[in-house]
Amino acid sequence: MPITESDIQKIAALAHLEITDEELHTLAPQVASIVAYVEQLSELDTSAVEPAIGGLTPEGERTAAVREDRTRPSLGQRLALEQAPEPAHGHFRVPKVIASSEEKENF
Amino acid sequence: MSAPDRTIELITSELSGGNSTAQAVVTRSLDAAERLNGTLNAFLQIDREGALRRAQELDGEPGGGGALRGIPVALKDNICVRGMQATCGSRILAGYHPPYDATVTERLKAAGAVIVGKTNCDEFAMGSSNENSAYGAVRNPWDTARVPGGSSGGSAAAVAARIVPAALGSETGGSVRQPAALCGVVGVKPTYGRVSRYGLVAFGSSLDQVSVFGLTVRDAALILQTIAGRDERDATTADVEVPDYAGNLGGGDLRGARIGVPRALLGEGVDADVRARVEEAVEAYRELGAEIVDVELPHAKYSIAVYYILATAEASSNLARYDGVRYGFRAEDPKDLREMYKRTREEGFGTEVKRRIMLGTYVLSSGYYDAYYLKAQQVRTLIQRDFLNAFEKCDAVLTPTTPTPAFRLGEKTDDPLSMYLSDIYTCMANLAGIPGVSVPCGLTPSGLPVGFQLMGRHWGEADILRLAHAYEQAHPLTERPGVIA
Repeated sequence: MPITESDIQKIAALAHLEITDEELHTLAPQVASIVAYVEQLSELDTSAVEPAIGGLTPEGERTAAVREDRTRPSLGQRLALEQAPEPAHGHFRVPKVIASSEEKENF
Repeated sequence: MSAPDRTIELITSELSGGNSTAQAVVTRSLDAAERLNGTLNAFLQIDREGALRRAQELDGEPGGGGALRGIPVALKDNICVRGMQATCGSRILAGYHPPYDATVTERLKAAGAVIVGKTNCDEFAMGSSNENSAYGAVRNPWDTARVPGGSSGGSAAAVAARIVPAALGSETGGSVRQPAALCGVVGVKPTYGRVSRYGLVAFGSSLDQVSVFGLTVRDAALILQTIAGRDERDATTADVEVPDYAGNLGGGDLRGARIGVPRALLGEGVDADVRARVEEAVEAYRELGAEIVDVELPHAKYSIAVYYILATAEASSNLARYDGVRYGFRAEDPKDLREMYKRTREEGFGTEVKRRIMLGTYVLSSGYYDAYYLKAQQVRTLIQRDFLNAFEKCDAVLTPTTPTPAFRLGEKTDDPLSMYLSDIYTCMANLAGIPGVSVPCGLTPSGLPVGFQLMGRHWGEADILRLAHAYEQAHPLTERPGVIA
């Protein structure tokens, strides 16, 4: 199914990207041609093939990735807030979160 | 004949013989970085003060540091160094200074290496030409009208121009081996799980691996053994012993070694000069005593398709964290939280990053997961099996590293798919999780470097480095780039 500009707008909304009209016009055909290219995978029958999810090697799979659950020193509030665009009283300040009833319908 | 390269080996012998000081070595490197940056744009930050302070400490403390004592190195700007910037080549991380060291940074510092700067790269390591950096393209030291490759183009150019003998980059689909080939230096991508990614900014988590550039195979091997090994802070690192790679590079007699060549991949789409140099490299291996065998990788032709599904899907998830809340850039005066997210990301990300986030979001979106992501993971299994089958017949698989030599700036920027095909030979190793090394094998008639790559078994870095070293000893690249320290 070919990808349309309206598909691209939906994807942009899902990805929290506010793309311009100009970007829309260039991205739509580009994404469509890349998707058309990757669709060549459909010529392979993979019904009996396990997906390669997880460790890529037996050694990787065997390596214990869990540790004891105990508190450990961490960055601390001062360092964690040092790079924040708008720190306030030990917190990250953000703009208004609660949407109006009209905006809520879009959630 | 030019002066011998200032390799790690040479610098170390000067320092241990008392013929130089860490301060002199590091000053020379900093001077070259500053002098050449107007031409190459390889560095996004040069830390003269910090590097000289560290060099002075080392000079004042005989026996301090380790195998890399006094060696100047450069790190790609997506690897965290406390007190230095980490922009990932993106506006969205402009001014960001991570409050901690990556594990690889800690290990390099502990071994006595001195970090002279952070290198330019494609934004969030997404690109094959270094033209996607928000801070301008890097230029190839062999021809400044051409790209150095990407995404770790700054590190490649810094080593090729002899500013540093070695540098770190990162690979998701070939971002070290590809620029290594285009810049005439050695590039090593280790086995998935060999090197910690703690402090490496995430792109495609099932593929990412910190990787190494060196002037020589031995230099790259020394760096790799310093940074490799299990790290509790990266659960994907495996508990596998790290051999002394540099100490076991062996001699030039390759009798008993078997090198597999997938002939089907050397046909259409490969530049004739690249093919000629790579065929000569195959002949060189035969002369060194190796047996050349035919192998088949029937699913290799699907690797770009698989790669661009998996890497973009994982990127769309990993890059969700750039939201303007905790660090980095935030758009001005948003009316509410959602607008802040959207505008921060719209203004902070460049075109290629947006393109990949969109593609990744699409392939993961409701109703498409099975058709794209799951399917790609299944074909990835087939690609891995191809390699396991090939390694029944050979110790390493040899291909060109790239289909063409360095292309011109601007040549592929309007056609993302043709840019993606630059990674056709490299990304299969990332998909299979196996190690690969790119080795320079001469120049084209117009004077551009060509590289071949060897891919080896999981955890088999020592084998491919030994094979690479044997070739390098017999056929060193004696030419030098036009822009050089």
